[in-house]
Amino acid sequence: MADKKTLTFALMDPPYENARSTTALRLINIAAKRGYDINVFAYEGSVFLAFAMQKPHPNAMHGRNVEEENHVLTKELVSSLMQEAMRNGGKIDWVNCGLCVDERGAVEAVEGVRRGSPADFLKMAATSDNTLVIVTRG
Amino acid sequence: MANYLLIESRDPYGSNDTQFCCDLAKQLAQQGDAVTVFLVQNGVFPARAGARADELSALAKAGIEILADEFSLRERGIPTDRLTAGVKPAPLDVVIDRLADGCKAIWH
Repeated sequence: MADKKTLTFALMDPPYENARSTTALRLINIAAKRGYDINVFAYEGSVFLAFAMQKPHPNAMHGRNVEEENHVLTKELVSSLMQEAMRNGGKIDWVNCGLCVDERGAVEAVEGVRRGSPADFLKMAATSDNTLVIVTRG
Repeated sequence: MANYLLIESRDPYGSNDTQFCCDLAKQLAQQGDAVTVFLVQNGVFPARAGARADELSALAKAGIEILADEFSLRERGIPTDRLTAGVKPAPLDVVIDRLADGCKAIWH
């Protein structure tokens, strides 16, 4: 693919807390649909985006069971993004910051996610066509 | 001349630092760089027609392209035909387009 690009995204926000996570996943989805190679460096709370222990739950307040609640799990979104990239000839290299993982006990991640360090982010950025850092709110 | 994409995710009603993005956009444009401001999430609120949006109008008058994420507008019930002058609706794909083109992108 002549116009194949490599993009790197640095994420910081945990799931279920603000719109930045949603926007980040939307951006990655667009790049995956184009078959781009995508690097994701998940820093700080964003290591929980791919946390394998996430579970769907019922919502007693709304009287809905697990199926009716149909709760979105970001671990499933991460997996589906990886599959989408592969279907279109690209790939996602998703790296969770190891120290951030250890601090938070977020060791279990979905398949395809690897452990790394900010040095991986530097390498990703240096070998990408472009990098977007989605900073958490200071 | 460099191409810049400034992504503003905050609105001036809930954040006191959105001036940063406007000031940076103006300074870059003044030195001859091409600048696009992309409004996303609550950043689209000042794009409503009738909202206090002096800065957006000033940016548009300075020739800075201002785009508002269609999804964020839809989520917030802001019709695309009710935007303040100088703001155009756009899909989030524009951000990926610009990244792929090597645009310098800054998220705020």
